[in-house]
Amino acid sequence: MSSNFGAETLAVAENAPGNRPGTGGGAQAPPPSRSRPGIGWRQRLEIALLSGPAIIMFLAFVIFPVLMAAYYGFYRWKGFGPPTNFVGLQNYVTILQDSLFQEALWHNAVIVVLSLVFQGPIAIGFALLLNQKVRGQSLIRVLIFVPYVIAEVIVGTGWSLMLQTNGAVNAVLRSIGLGALTSDWLANPDLAIWTLMLILTWKYVGFAVILFLAGMQNIPEELSEAAAVDGASYWQTQWRITLPLLGPTIRIWAFLSIIGALQLFDLVYIIWGQYVSSTAGVSTMATYMVTEGRNAGNYGYGNAVAVVLFLISMVIALVYQRFVLRRDTQGALGGR
Amino acid sequence: MAAIAESTSGPVTASAPPRGKPRKDSGRGSPVVYFAALVLIALMLGPVLYIITGGFRTNSQITSNPAALPNPWVFANYTEVLTSSTFWRQVGNSTISALATTIAVVVLGVMASYVLARYQFRGRGAMYALFAAGLMFPITVAITPLYILVKNLGLVNTLPGIILPQIAFALPTTIIILVPFLQAIPKELEEAAAIDRCSRLGFFWRMVLPLSVPGVITTGILAFIGAWNSYLLPLFILNDQDTFTLPLGVQAFASQYSVDTAKVLAFTSLSMIPALVFFSLFERRIVGGLTGAVKG
Repeated sequence: MSSNFGAETLAVAENAPGNRPGTGGGAQAPPPSRSRPGIGWRQRLEIALLSGPAIIMFLAFVIFPVLMAAYYGFYRWKGFGPPTNFVGLQNYVTILQDSLFQEALWHNAVIVVLSLVFQGPIAIGFALLLNQKVRGQSLIRVLIFVPYVIAEVIVGTGWSLMLQTNGAVNAVLRSIGLGALTSDWLANPDLAIWTLMLILTWKYVGFAVILFLAGMQNIPEELSEAAAVDGASYWQTQWRITLPLLGPTIRIWAFLSIIGALQLFDLVYIIWGQYVSSTAGVSTMATYMVTEGRNAGNYGYGNAVAVVLFLISMVIALVYQRFVLRRDTQGALGGR
Repeated sequence: MAAIAESTSGPVTASAPPRGKPRKDSGRGSPVVYFAALVLIALMLGPVLYIITGGFRTNSQITSNPAALPNPWVFANYTEVLTSSTFWRQVGNSTISALATTIAVVVLGVMASYVLARYQFRGRGAMYALFAAGLMFPITVAITPLYILVKNLGLVNTLPGIILPQIAFALPTTIIILVPFLQAIPKELEEAAAIDRCSRLGFFWRMVLPLSVPGVITTGILAFIGAWNSYLLPLFILNDQDTFTLPLGVQAFASQYSVDTAKVLAFTSLSMIPALVFFSLFERRIVGGLTGAVKG
């Protein structure tokens, strides 16, 4: 009996979405409320049962801690017992005036820009190459994805061993006659950030290539065939057809890359450790947060840094979504 | 499309499948393409091979010539690591953490994505936006209060202390990838199921789950690799050597044996094997899943 009832409400509810595409995208709000008399207790229960656990986990371990960070950030607090020493905005004033934080912020900005500039063109180039009929393409895809899959700790440990003054990189340079190029890759403050960019590019470019290849394989082959019939050269085809149609993928990749670069922590912390990173000129906001917050026992201050980091990321993300991603994400929730 | 066309016409013109474009492609690109691909692969794999082969050398070999192949090959570093109980305890901890995270993320993620993809209700857009906003909250931002929360729950130095936050932080990616997959299941199937008196939950169980396997595998792999490699969270939560996962173990090992480079390299290369194996087994699925997500 009850299953019968369920099927009926289902059928009613199913009619509604079917009609809606015809009503057009302009008037979104009214039709749903009118055309949905069928949401009964049963559907509500299903929705709650199915989505409840995920929402509870998400609120408890993601949203709640973020809100608590904002709360703790107003206190001077060593992490024992409830925070009592309310200092208002003092932590934030200290952060913004601290030259170490300003340096870290600058490093983050450099890393954001250089990541886009280095990885984007390289990845597009290799994706274009691999998008042709290449024998063993799937093997190549696996292999270039390997650095992305390896843990940051391993990447950091391996590269820091290789980049030591008496390490493998300098040895290779010497053996191929480029001994003049050997340097102290990690400790030289003029070089360290470029070394970091090299490692970041190595680790993350494979992800960009895979993403772009996936995007390119969504582009109908008929388009480039038609262009070829019209006498377009290979490069004209790529420039006029592939790249523009790859736009959404590139924009999503750039978004992920920017956010990742702003939050960068693991590699810097592992390779340069907590003390050297600022003297080597590679500290980031996140390493500053851990060094000055938890490692120094100043939990209130660390939380304030987290809030600053979060606000910067969020402003950038919102601006990016508003002005760059908007047309791509408009259709993201298919039903609308 | 092309694959189907090729496979049907394959037997007849086995030597001439490159019918449409080949003139151009083979003439222009091939050697250059293969050369570029080789260079790319060499650059990507060089450091990895250095770590692996370095583990087969002795420290004096490494000191005298940092970049060379093992001569002779030494297996002592690997056997020492493989016979140490520390290594295996850390493998165990990492496995428990990664598997528990993966299973929970996939189960919770599929359920929530199903609601987002197939139910019409007020607040659906808000729910999607909530999870999508989660993409902007990497664990870095929440780590300090998260540590305090876990401490208050009494879970410091326990594996659940890292598993629960890992599940929560993996949910947004999982849901964002899965929703388009579930939306792509044709309405007609659902209608047919309804005609056959199959309830919505029955439809979920019998049709949606089997059809969403590719997306599930993609998100599962991503969650597994993320949990396996996770560093910042264990760094805060786990202080007891007995509960260390492999990333913490690698770091502890590297600082403990900082003079024994060869052994560090052996430990490091052994600890990256599981993620690599897992990934290469399902590589096709991951790329397929990303394709779906990009399309979405």
